[in-house]
Amino acid sequence: MIIADRKPLGEILEMIEPCNTLLILGCKGCVTVCNVGGQKEVEVLSSLLKIARKKEGKEIRIDEKAIERQCDPEYIDQVREMVGAYDAVMSIACGVGPQFLSEAYPKQKFFPGVNTTFMGGAVQHGVWEERCAGCGTCVIHFFDGMCPIARCSKSLLHGPCGGSDHGSCEINKDVVCIWDKIVRKKMENGRLSDLLEMKPFKDWRTARDGGPRRRIREDLT
Amino acid sequence: MMDTFKSGSRLEKVLRSGHFAFTGECGPPKGANVAHLKEKMAHLKDMVDAVNITDNQTAVVRMSSLAASAIMVGEGMEPNYQLVCRDRNRLAIMSDILGAYSLGIRNMLCLSGDHQKFGNFPEAKNVYDIDSMQLIAMVKKMRDEGRFINGEDIDVPPRLFIGAAANPFADPFEFRVHRLSAKINAGADFIQTQCIYNMDKFRKYMEMAVDMGLTENCYILAGITPLKSVRMAEYMAGQVPGMDVPVELIDRLKAAGKGNYAEEGIRIALEQIAEFREMKGVAGVHLMAIEWEHKVPEIAERAGMLPRPSL
Repeated sequence: MIIADRKPLGEILEMIEPCNTLLILGCKGCVTVCNVGGQKEVEVLSSLLKIARKKEGKEIRIDEKAIERQCDPEYIDQVREMVGAYDAVMSIACGVGPQFLSEAYPKQKFFPGVNTTFMGGAVQHGVWEERCAGCGTCVIHFFDGMCPIARCSKSLLHGPCGGSDHGSCEINKDVVCIWDKIVRKKMENGRLSDLLEMKPFKDWRTARDGGPRRRIREDLT
Repeated sequence: MMDTFKSGSRLEKVLRSGHFAFTGECGPPKGANVAHLKEKMAHLKDMVDAVNITDNQTAVVRMSSLAASAIMVGEGMEPNYQLVCRDRNRLAIMSDILGAYSLGIRNMLCLSGDHQKFGNFPEAKNVYDIDSMQLIAMVKKMRDEGRFINGEDIDVPPRLFIGAAANPFADPFEFRVHRLSAKINAGADFIQTQCIYNMDKFRKYMEMAVDMGLTENCYILAGITPLKSVRMAEYMAGQVPGMDVPVELIDRLKAAGKGNYAEEGIRIALEQIAEFREMKGVAGVHLMAIEWEHKVPEIAERAGMLPRPSL
């Protein structure tokens, strides 16, 4: 899923500084699962902002809502009656949400309430890790199910580099050296020879480097 | 007689003729101070066979290694031009390789590069379009096939002696020699290792390399950085990832007593050089006297490395 972090409260307060009315709009997709942008977080953020503004002596009216998904026009359409009545709408979906909303409601001002960070999953309660870089050409089968593009700090196809230290990456002891894991798994399974082959130069056209991506499924259009 | 050298560099000739090679290192200035750069280089003249010119080492911005290497050529010395994959994509790399050769550079060290997190611009975007393994293969293809990696012809291919780095002390240890073999298969003509302090581990690594036949197809230069102080040794041991400084070595330095650390550090380096000269599979020494270039003549002299062979 897509992982996000709530923006710092100070930054959000600065964004909404001129507003007297605000709608906080959550999303019941990924950001609900990673506890940052669902119904519950809409309510929490709303309370925090109201308290902060009251303290400043500038009370604000905030309405709260969460929709099924903000990456789908069908659901975006469900708030047609609401938007337009506020000085601003704050989406706490991933970065797709405020853009789909802006496209659907060009006259309304939208703010992003979260920083969208990566594609990953929860490795334990409250801890999420990156797993996919969305490069458009999956290669994890060459690396026993681990992606060096997303998980090696240098995206090396022939690691581990000289900075691999007791299973940790050179950039930080808390960052796993995925190449250490790949090598150990290959050795344990007698597949070391896989790592001696030269991997072709990666074609980054399928990644963001090829320009913004669009997918058309003729059978569905 | 036809010239059978790959690059014709002095380093290649020294190694091919069976001499024990001796390379040094020089970091470009944090500015455009050419006079200072030339002064640092001068300490190394006639002391070593080639000098590594580092490429924004530890991700700190400095004068480009390409420019500094060209300046070195102008000074009548031989650079080993370092290039990292961190800061440039394949277009820029191939372009720089052609530029380097055009400027008289004949040796090149292919590196992935330290992560920008270590440097003075940690907020920078990194590139890593290709990695060091692919960089080696890229230079080889350009040189031997006269083609870019897209297959297009090169009008006058760059004849470079291809170097690569190896860190026998990074993890997992058992894999390190295999990675070395992959670099040699990719096209590395010579290898310069990370600074060696743990001699036991290095002996083991070299035994494995020799057993695998790797030293028959590639020249391995053992890396040495003399320790200047206890503080430096402790920093290397604790703060530099992939560096292995045994505690006995730090104790030996301490035992030398205040005021004698640098001399003891040099003695350790000299003992290492003496052992490397006898060690099977080691074709030379790469001396990285970091910000200590002026000590290189003394070390070279005391190590019996002088005079360098005239070819």
